[in-house]
Amino acid sequence: MSNEFYRLTVNGKEHDVRDAWTGESLMYVLRERLGLPGTKGACEQGECGSCTVLMDGEAICSCLVMAATAIDAQIVTVEGLTSDPTHTAPTDVQQAFIDAGGVQCGFCTPGFVVAVHHLLDRNPQPTELEIKEAVSGNICRCTGYGRIFAAIELARDQRNTQPKQPGH
Amino acid sequence: MTVINATSVQEVVNALRDYPDARLIQGGTDMMVEVNLNRARVNDVISLRRVAELRRWHLEPDRALLRIGAGVPFAEMERAPLSLYAPALAQAARTVGSPQIRAAGSLGGNLGTCSPAGDGLPVLSALDAVVHLRSATTERDVSIHDFMVGVKKNLKRPDEVIVAATVPVLQGFSGYAKVGSRNAMVISAASACLVHDAIGGTIRLAFGAVAPTVVRARRAEAWLGEQSNLQGSLTVSPALAREFGQRAAEECSPIDDHRSTALYRRHAVAVLAERLLLRANEYLDSDSRGSHE
Repeated sequence: MSNEFYRLTVNGKEHDVRDAWTGESLMYVLRERLGLPGTKGACEQGECGSCTVLMDGEAICSCLVMAATAIDAQIVTVEGLTSDPTHTAPTDVQQAFIDAGGVQCGFCTPGFVVAVHHLLDRNPQPTELEIKEAVSGNICRCTGYGRIFAAIELARDQRNTQPKQPGH
Repeated sequence: MTVINATSVQEVVNALRDYPDARLIQGGTDMMVEVNLNRARVNDVISLRRVAELRRWHLEPDRALLRIGAGVPFAEMERAPLSLYAPALAQAARTVGSPQIRAAGSLGGNLGTCSPAGDGLPVLSALDAVVHLRSATTERDVSIHDFMVGVKKNLKRPDEVIVAATVPVLQGFSGYAKVGSRNAMVISAASACLVHDAIGGTIRLAFGAVAPTVVRARRAEAWLGEQSNLQGSLTVSPALAREFGQRAAEECSPIDDHRSTALYRRHAVAVLAERLLLRANEYLDSDSRGSHE
């Protein structure tokens, strides 16, 4: 049960983590040991959301997960959201962030993108309030959020073939 | 440093016996902050994340008691069906951190850390919850009021794990309210949970973040019982609710710290108590109106 090394399943692939201090956060291990720097680290105390990943389908702060306890979990990072094997094509959410200008410095963007994928995969037609709630754990210090909300609404509307409800 | 990924409570208590200095980690939202910011030197760690039995909740057969596993995430308490049996807990859960934190945090974490600002704790106090503890050789139930003994201090022995908390399913209003510096992602500057037991005829009020532990406003509770009949629908006047809040605020001992001031906290809990009592008044009003239609 204890670990000299441990194995994580990230984006459908198994990775051995060796020679690591076992107290390392999942955020640190993803970035520094597994070569997946899309997940950002900023506050390291669960306040900013820039390290958001999916663990067993739930959006969580990877800085608050001790990596060595995440064995057996399915972890999806921002790099794993795309179905494009070359990882060059953006996802619909990423494209919406580009189209709506929801990116300035870009540091918070991966966390937002993961949180928005999580939202839209569960709730394809979120209301404005549900959108705000879903990204309430993601902090952006550049945009003032207006264009981020526009990007999320754009991604939502593009996923839904139904026309928008009047007055919505 | 060893990390033990237990898969059952038995494995947890065995590991606690074999690694007496080990710390327990559930959602990690308290402990990893200490680790990341080098505030704690962590030695051996026992992870509860894979212990399925800690993630379950159930109603006892008579449906009068609700037992919630220590690892049930706040995200689950926010939603039906659990929110229907513990509405104040659902309200408290919705105020915890962010969706990411609520997917990880749990009552076991609130109880284990035992910060007076833990959002679940005023609810457990107002509901007179029982905390269930297990070690390799012992099993015991402790009243929430005995369990919390000081700032981040509780009655749990190092060889014990918190497995669950049991609360009554009451008829009547129960609600939670908190004050902080912003709406989302905020730790309480002050919080309150008010529970109306319409059958037993009591109002129970607990405060968070205004004393070394979560505290009950027992003198104000008793005073209100003398002023007004608390069985069935409440008929509390606004003036009475205001005095209730002011009396209750006298029973806390807030401090100045980085989140707020003692003066503001005392004022805030008076307002929160008054507001929750008025909501309780409204709740049964509309409830009984509905049943007559």
